[in-house]
Amino acid sequence: MGLLEYALIGGVLYGLFFGLVGIGLNLIFGVMRMINLAHGDLIMLGAFGAFWVYHLLGVSPMFGIPLEVIGFTIIGIPLYYLVVPRLLATRDPEMLSFILFFGLSQVIEASAVLGFGNNQRSVPGSTLGGGSVVIAGQSFPFAWVVAAGVSVVAILALYAYLYHSRFGYATRAIMANRDEAQTAGINVHRISAAAFVAGFCLAGLAGVFAPYMLGAIDPNMGVDLTTVSFAIVVIGSLGQPLGTVIGGLVYGIATMLMQTYLPSWSNLLPYVLLIAIVLVKPSGLLGRRVRYA
Amino acid sequence: MRRGLWVESALVLVVVGLGFALSPFLYGNESLLFSMMAYVALAQGLNIAYGFTGYLPFGYVGFFGSGAYGTALAIMFLHAPPIAAVVGGGLLAVIFGIVLAPLLRLSGAYFAIANLAASQALYFVVANPHLSNITQGPYGIKLTSVFAPTESYATLWVIVLLATAVAIYLRVSRFGLALRAINQDAQSAEVAGVNVVRGRLVAWLLSALVAGLAGGAYGWHISVFYPHSVFTLRISIFAIVFVLFGGAGTVIGPIIGAVLLYGLYDVIGISTPEYFQLIYGLLIIALVLFLPNGLLSLVRKRVRYVL
Repeated sequence: MGLLEYALIGGVLYGLFFGLVGIGLNLIFGVMRMINLAHGDLIMLGAFGAFWVYHLLGVSPMFGIPLEVIGFTIIGIPLYYLVVPRLLATRDPEMLSFILFFGLSQVIEASAVLGFGNNQRSVPGSTLGGGSVVIAGQSFPFAWVVAAGVSVVAILALYAYLYHSRFGYATRAIMANRDEAQTAGINVHRISAAAFVAGFCLAGLAGVFAPYMLGAIDPNMGVDLTTVSFAIVVIGSLGQPLGTVIGGLVYGIATMLMQTYLPSWSNLLPYVLLIAIVLVKPSGLLGRRVRYA
Repeated sequence: MRRGLWVESALVLVVVGLGFALSPFLYGNESLLFSMMAYVALAQGLNIAYGFTGYLPFGYVGFFGSGAYGTALAIMFLHAPPIAAVVGGGLLAVIFGIVLAPLLRLSGAYFAIANLAASQALYFVVANPHLSNITQGPYGIKLTSVFAPTESYATLWVIVLLATAVAIYLRVSRFGLALRAINQDAQSAEVAGVNVVRGRLVAWLLSALVAGLAGGAYGWHISVFYPHSVFTLRISIFAIVFVLFGGAGTVIGPIIGAVLLYGLYDVIGISTPEYFQLIYGLLIIALVLFLPNGLLSLVRKRVRYVL
C-alpha cells in the first residue's frame, strides 16, 4: 500500500506543478489561437534564471521570480507587437505561428547552449528549505510541497484575474470571439499583449521550480517540456485555462504510477496520453467543441 | 497537363539525376552527398504532405526511422537482399502511416503535435531495452555484413528521382489539383465532387513511403546506427525548414532548399551546431514574417508558372 499512496500523493504534488507548466501555453492559445512552441524553452530560461540567481548571488532561487517577471515582460511586450499582429493578418495564423514560434524556440535553445554551455546543472533542494514533509505516512521533499503550493497560488491568481477583474472579462471576451470583442470597443491588442506576457511569466515561474521537480536542467530540455505541456493542455482542453489543472493532475498521477510500477515504459506516457486523448476526445476532458479539419 | 510542362518536368528530373549521379566523381566527400540526397528525398516527401495537403508532419522522422529499422530487421531476421529490405522498410513506414491515418481528422497544430508525439513514442519503443532481442534497443543496429556504399547510393538516387516524379505528378495532374482544392477549402472541394478523405490519405501514404524508402537506404548506407540517429527530431526539423525555405507546394523549392541549406549546414553546422541552430531559427522567423511562401515566391512574381 505504501507504494500506491506514495504514487498518488506524489502524483498530486507533481501534477499541480505540471498544471503550472502547462497553463501559460494554454492562456496564449486561448487568447491568440497560437501555439507557443517556444513554451518549453521559456521554462528552460526560467530554470536557468533560478540557477544563476542561486549561483551568482547566493540567495534562494525564489528571488529569481520577480527578476524573471521583469525580464519576460521586457522581452514579451515588444515581441508581441513585432510578431502577433502581423501573424494574425496572414492567411493561416495558426500554422504560421506554429512554425514561427518553433523558430523562436530554436533561437532560444541555441543561445542558451552558447551562453550557458551544454551541461546539466542542478540546484540543491535545501535552497527551498530542506528536509521532508510527511503526508499520510509518506515523506516528500519539502521543495515539492513549495512548488505545488506556489503553483496553486499562481493558478488561483490567474483565476481571480480572468473572472474577477475588468481586464479579465475583456480577456475572456477575446477568447470567446476576437472580432466581436474588438467591435465592443475592447482594446484587443493591449489585452492580448497582457495575456501574452502573462503566459511568458507563468512559464518562467514554472521554470524556477523545474530544477527541484525535474532533477537536472540543461539547455536542450525545452522540446520535451513543450510536448509535455501540450499533452497536459490538450488533456484539460485547449483554450480552457482551468482545465489545465485537471490535465496536470492526470499527467502527474499517471507519471507517478508508471514510474512506480512500469518504470522502463514511463517515458512513453505523455506521448501516448496525448495521442489517445487527441484521437478519442480532441476537445479535451472539459472541452466544448473543437475545429475538425 | 499544360503544354510545355513536359519539358520542364523532364529537365528537373535530368538535372537532379545527373547532378547526384556525376557529383561523386567531382567531389570526394561522398557521405555529404549521400546525406544531402537523403534530405532532398525527405524534403520532397514532406512537401508531398505539407505542400499539397497542408498537413505539417512534425514527426516525419518517424517514417524515416521506421524505414531504417524495417530494412535492418528484414536483413537481420529474414535475410532479405538489401534492396528488397529497403522496399520492406518503405512498406513498414506506409503501415505506420496507416496506423496514424486517424490523426488526419485533426486540424493544423493538433495534427502536427500529435504526429510529433507519435514519432517520439515510436522512438521510445524502439530504444526500449526490453525489446533488445528484436530492435537491439539502445545498443543500435549493425548491418556491416551487407555494407555496400555504391549500391546504397544508387538506391537512394532512384528514391530521390521517384520522390521528384511523385511531386511532379502532384504538381501537374488532376489529382494534384484536387489536393490543392482540398487544402484551400475542404468543404467546397467535397461539394465539387473531390473525394477529400481518399485524396488526403493517398498523399499522406505517398509521403510516408518516400521517407521510409529514404530511411531504409540511409540505414543500409551507414550500416551502423542507433535509435537516436534515425529518430532524432532534428531530421524532421531540417526537412521542414528546407521545404519552407525553398517553397512548399512546388517541385523545385524543396530541392533548392535542401541543397542550399544542407550545404550551408555542412560548412558551418557540423563544427558549431549551435550557430547553425541560431541561424536557422532566425531564418524560420524571418521566412514566416517576410517570405511565407518561400524563396520561389520571389521568382513567381516574374515567371507565370514555376514547377
